Amino acid sequence: MTDCATNGTAKWLIAMGQPTGSMMPNSRSFSRRAFFAVAAIALAFTAEYSATAQADAGEARNALVLGMGIEPAGLDPTIAAPVAIGQVTWQNIFEGLVTIDRDGKIRPQLAKSWEISEDGLLYTFHLEQGVTFHDGEVFDASVAKASIDRARGDESVNPQKRFFAAIDAVEAPDPQTLVLRLKQPAGSLIYWLAWPSSSIVGTKSAEGNKAAPVGTGPFKFSKWIKGDRVELVRNEDYWNKEAAAKLEQVVFRFISDPQAQAAALKSGGVDAFPEFGAPELIASFEGDPRLQTVIGNTELKVVAGMNNARKPFDDKRVRQALMMAIDREMLIEGAWSGLGTEIGSHYTPNDPGYVDETGVLPYDPDKAKALLAEAGYPDGFTFTIKTPQMSYAPRSAEVMQALFSEIGVTMNIEPTEFPAKWVQDVFTGRDYEMTIVAHAEPMDIDIYSRDPYYFNYRNPAFDSLIKDVELTTDPMQRNRIFGEAQRLLAEDVPALYLFVMPKLGVWDKRLKGLWKDEPIPSNVLNEVYWSE
Amino acid sequence: MVALLLRRIASLILTLVAVSVLIYGIMDLLPGDPAAIALGTSAAADTLAALRQEMGLDQPLPLRYVHWLAGLFSGDLGSSYTYGVPVAGLVVERLSLTLPLAALAIVLSVLIAVPLGVTAAARRNGFIDHAASIFAQISIAVPGFWLGLLLIMLFAVELGWTPAGGFPGWQAGLLPCFGALALPAVALALPQAGVLTRVTRAAVLDVLSEDFVRTARAKGISRQVALWRHAMPNAMVPVITILGLQFTFLVAGAVLVENVFNLPGLGRLAYQALVQRDIVVMQAVILVFSVLVIVVNFIVELAQLVLDPRMRSDAA
Repeated sequence: MTDCATNGTAKWLIAMGQPTGSMMPNSRSFSRRAFFAVAAIALAFTAEYSATAQADAGEARNALVLGMGIEPAGLDPTIAAPVAIGQVTWQNIFEGLVTIDRDGKIRPQLAKSWEISEDGLLYTFHLEQGVTFHDGEVFDASVAKASIDRARGDESVNPQKRFFAAIDAVEAPDPQTLVLRLKQPAGSLIYWLAWPSSSIVGTKSAEGNKAAPVGTGPFKFSKWIKGDRVELVRNEDYWNKEAAAKLEQVVFRFISDPQAQAAALKSGGVDAFPEFGAPELIASFEGDPRLQTVIGNTELKVVAGMNNARKPFDDKRVRQALMMAIDREMLIEGAWSGLGTEIGSHYTPNDPGYVDETGVLPYDPDKAKALLAEAGYPDGFTFTIKTPQMSYAPRSAEVMQALFSEIGVTMNIEPTEFPAKWVQDVFTGRDYEMTIVAHAEPMDIDIYSRDPYYFNYRNPAFDSLIKDVELTTDPMQRNRIFGEAQRLLAEDVPALYLFVMPKLGVWDKRLKGLWKDEPIPSNVLNEVYWSE
Repeated sequence: MVALLLRRIASLILTLVAVSVLIYGIMDLLPGDPAAIALGTSAAADTLAALRQEMGLDQPLPLRYVHWLAGLFSGDLGSSYTYGVPVAGLVVERLSLTLPLAALAIVLSVLIAVPLGVTAAARRNGFIDHAASIFAQISIAVPGFWLGLLLIMLFAVELGWTPAGGFPGWQAGLLPCFGALALPAVALALPQAGVLTRVTRAAVLDVLSEDFVRTARAKGISRQVALWRHAMPNAMVPVITILGLQFTFLVAGAVLVENVFNLPGLGRLAYQALVQRDIVVMQAVILVFSVLVIVVNFIVELAQLVLDPRMRSDAA
């Protein structure tokens, strides 16, 4: 999954005053009367409106207005991929057998415990009792079985159907026990079951979840004013008293323009923007008495993928030369105001088993030139990068263009509409030389062994590492293999590894409990409260 | 007159049919697969095929067009891929914001432009005339969305009089809704008011120099009466033509302003649907835009016929 993160808008300088001078005729008494009438009505409206706004603010704070840049496409994370769906619903409305906490650790949820057989082929989950969906349906093993079978069945439109590929059969021997029989070991299965796309849905409500989601979570869906907001209210009958929501009401407001996001924060219309859209505007919150900025980590890996089947990118030395031509620090400065973490492989510091690989092919233009000459391109070459419109992409491409010119390589930039045209030309059609996009899925290093995938990268050594990691359930062992996989990619550079996007959080200083980092795209709100 | 009306109505229907074919054809030519966009980059081929079937995309184009057309006549515009709700309701919901916004902007721009333009013409080269000319220059030069940002900074962020954007929904009551629409209406109206001021001034000046006005004055009618009773009705023909054009600009041009003020209007729906390739929604929205433009043009023509007897005789 790639992310259509932030559509940057240009900055506008305030250099123009309001037109002045009398606009109304001064001799016609009828028009003067009309003018005063209009003015009086206008004043009445604004006065009345600000009065109600203040009354709202005066109440005890048990409501939260949270801003997001993108409106979700439907509210069912089990039938569509956009991350915004999970950012509204996951852990608020929907829950899974297991979940992921703010440190990225797997925690029990609807399954209070589980056992995995020695051979890794039999998973037995012990389910919580007394859990009901928001519509009253009782959660038990048969519901969990139906939910997983729906995700892996022939008619499934689950965006991560592959998660369930290893499952041979799902059984519900008694209401509190769920058994998964596997065809082959799947070391990531427990982690995958925590994802939004693995949410447990009710048998009666599944079909309607897209427009009116029904889950087991601490918040209930209230309404969706499309194009503007989704409202949730606290689930008073929530099964897990320890994790019950502190807030009574949550409003998600969707504001795509970063200037409008900033205005909404400063005017108090929005209390929090956990993923603020424009790094260049972050400094404007400094010194604000009410707002704070909290910079954390995401899983958004910005990488410049290359078509490894096409000349000259089929030559590892060329790819390495391009990697060594890039000064990551300068790139992050130019593209994302210096906010972001350099990476040397397709892995983030959030992920278990992370190894810093940025030193494998460091910035060294002389060595890059030598590698190019060795590969048969002493005078460089010319190629085209297809860039989506999200602001990080063209900005990064412009810095890369300048850096590549230092080693004699000419890069042309071709804007490509995301997602529609990009998916068609680059992702599915694989008709491109280089592209740049932020990969949003956590722990997706296995994409380099997928076939087909847009990199056209083939490496049996890497494929066998990914196979091994799935056959292994021991966390230490898995981390070691993930480390090897990271090193291999860092040396082979099927894509240029640039940086991890920061999570630019801006919110009211009195607001507590929001996540700083984002080990999985989400807005988990049950622990959020107002301190006062 | 009746024959003329019938002819106009027939051409209106033909235009609508042509528009519907065009919309459907162009949507199909657009690059991008709605199923691939919904399911993201990890979707398997069989999952994509299942979703395409669910969306009805596996059927041939002419068949889909006929289904769509049949649906149109029964008021069924299909279901949105992204929202999962009927498109008709979605469009009505959005129109209930965009139409009042456009109407408010039109009223505002007429309230500003017509008195200003008439006064400027009546007192040519006077203070008001110069002020009007400066106002028109500036307001035409300033793009609506940028003006919108300035208005937000002043009235929402600094003064806190209005919300910085968003729309509470009509069920929240009239006052909060007009509060939310006030700034966007101003941002939309001012650039249009500039154009309209110029047109009004030019039209009134034109008419004031006509023989019949001079004759009226010679008969002893006062300047004011000559202006309002004799000159104005004639000057209104070009003004109404421009207003008709402006309405279509306002409805379509609201895309940018709706984005700045984060209003869930039809323009923003069109933009979102385009990005998500929610083809069903796009077809409906473009159809509604087209119908609005065609119908407003029709009304403008009728108004001209009523205002200007010469057009009646020319056409008949």
